[in-house]
Amino acid sequence: MPNHLLEVDRLKVVFPTRRGTLVAVDDVSFHIDQGEVLGVVGESGAGKSLTGAAIIGLLEPPGRIAGGEIRLDGRRIDNLPYSQLRRIRGKEIGAVFQDPLTSLNPLYTIGKQLTETIETHTDMTPTKARERAVQLLKDVGIPAAEKRIESYPHQFSGGMRQRVVIALALCANPRIVIADEPTTALDVSIQAQIIALLKRLCQEHGTAVMLVTHDMGVIAETADRVAVMYAGRVAEIGPVRDVIKHPKHPYTIGLMGAIPAIGHGTERLTQIEGAMPRLTDIPRGCAFNPRCPKVFDRCRSERPDLLATETSLASCWLYDDQRAPAREAAHV
Amino acid sequence: MIAFILRRLMQAVVVMLTVALISFALFNFAGDPINNMVGQDVSLADRERLREALGLNQPFWVQFGIFLQNALQGDFGLSYRLGRPVEDLIVERLPATLELSLTAAALAVFIGIPLGVYTGLYRDTWLSRVFLTASLAGVSLPTFLIGILLILIFSVELNVLPSFGRGETVEIGWWTTGFATWSGIKALILPSITLCLFQLTLIMRLVRAEMMEVLRTDYIKFARARGLPDRKVHFGHALKNTLVPVITVIGLQFGSIVAFAIITETVFQWPGMGLLFIQAVNFVDIPILAAYLVLIALFFVVINLVVDLLYYFVDPRLRVDRTAAGGEATP
Repeated sequence: MPNHLLEVDRLKVVFPTRRGTLVAVDDVSFHIDQGEVLGVVGESGAGKSLTGAAIIGLLEPPGRIAGGEIRLDGRRIDNLPYSQLRRIRGKEIGAVFQDPLTSLNPLYTIGKQLTETIETHTDMTPTKARERAVQLLKDVGIPAAEKRIESYPHQFSGGMRQRVVIALALCANPRIVIADEPTTALDVSIQAQIIALLKRLCQEHGTAVMLVTHDMGVIAETADRVAVMYAGRVAEIGPVRDVIKHPKHPYTIGLMGAIPAIGHGTERLTQIEGAMPRLTDIPRGCAFNPRCPKVFDRCRSERPDLLATETSLASCWLYDDQRAPAREAAHV
Repeated sequence: MIAFILRRLMQAVVVMLTVALISFALFNFAGDPINNMVGQDVSLADRERLREALGLNQPFWVQFGIFLQNALQGDFGLSYRLGRPVEDLIVERLPATLELSLTAAALAVFIGIPLGVYTGLYRDTWLSRVFLTASLAGVSLPTFLIGILLILIFSVELNVLPSFGRGETVEIGWWTTGFATWSGIKALILPSITLCLFQLTLIMRLVRAEMMEVLRTDYIKFARARGLPDRKVHFGHALKNTLVPVITVIGLQFGSIVAFAIITETVFQWPGMGLLFIQAVNFVDIPILAAYLVLIALFFVVINLVVDLLYYFVDPRLRVDRTAAGGEATP
């Protein structure tokens, strides 16, 4: 089996609470190849961000990984001791968070934050690190980088700060960047610029991206493949064009129907009845079964695995008759 | 920056004038000072002569003006009880109080902050629980009780440390120091522990609360995601962000340490300003009381000014000039 850059295999993230253990991410499997952009979409609480946090080992306690494996280049990283995982964070796996306004330490200049990250992961001298920091700022499109490197975060606008955050994530030329809703907190006009920047930089360096978002438009423009998450599980995963044009899982079908299309007049948007279940009462069988228009008996008792359809993998019993469960053949 | 300092200095002047007015008013409210100075067998004529000689027959505001003028030159008059210039007495006692207060403050800061960081980082270890429980005692036990207990244990029972006084001191110019001799240092131990305990626990609890707050922020999570070592995340990024409130409290607490050294000095018969003040209170020695009041007010004003300036250095967001910024102004 060829090694993927990042493989997430039956990942399970749980939160022990007073009223029992909540399973926030349940048997999630996917992989990302070198230089590939995987979009991860889903509603709030679908487990997208937690999956990202679990990969870089930054789950907020008491949340923890209760099962499954995460492999980087074939090497398990989910069970590494904290100090070894730290060496992977920033160096192999970069991260960009949602809110650029709060991601930067207000008391340090951005130059200091860049150089300390560079010096942590490379053996550059301070002078070299500073040169690299200026170069990074230029790469992410900060004007007058030599001068602005002495500025504090509060002296930048939100969009500019997110550019700095991206520069920080790319400091050590990571193999993969986990971008957790990188544009959600930004002005719409800035969003496109930031996404384009992220995509361009990652293409230039051959960096893979796991792009977590709830914005289907961003996914459509940016991602190579997309994973649709629902109630902590992957509902469907496949090439972005196929999933958008020919969704297979009933949830994905509903999701795509809910996106207004420009130029198609006054059609009524489809709506998925009900709401995503709370983590405390995820239904037996398929998590989507109470809302599914095509539900049948088996959906209420047995949980479907990811099954191959003509174009993608969907965790839906509708596709059971076509082929056998396709876990091994996960390279779609 | 300059404008900021000037504005602060103006405010400081107003505060000092107010305090001076209050301390001067003491003279008039605490009875006729002539009665305090002379015996009962002095004739009325002699009293009037003395009153005139001291300028006490002049209107209140004129007297206040003279008081200010003298105070600015460091002249607070004669002590009623000791018959010596008050400023001499204070200069004699100041080193003792300052050495005690500085030692206590240093202990509070250099033990309190690390303990606060530790208990903030490792909330659930048994050691943290021990520190927190012990800190409750520090916050709630009154100073004099702690002092007496320490004397009981270390001076009476174990007989290892002196229970009173400064030990041997060495004179360096007008300053007398207890740091130069072994007995001076031994004498400093119990009083400084007594004095620092409250501030130490206060600082520890404050740093702990601030650390827990800061550790939840996105920039700490992002610093971790950048792979920075824990040492840098905790002591660089997290601790520095807790400093603004901590500096405020430490500054104000230092003023309190100096001012409330009175109790500790009384318990340990420490020959500092606090003891001088307590004795002055017993004898209604108003010149000393007034001078002490003004001096402590000056301490607080200076500390506040220093704290304000420290903010400026710690938090770049408070620096008003944005010449380095340029660029966009939109948020």
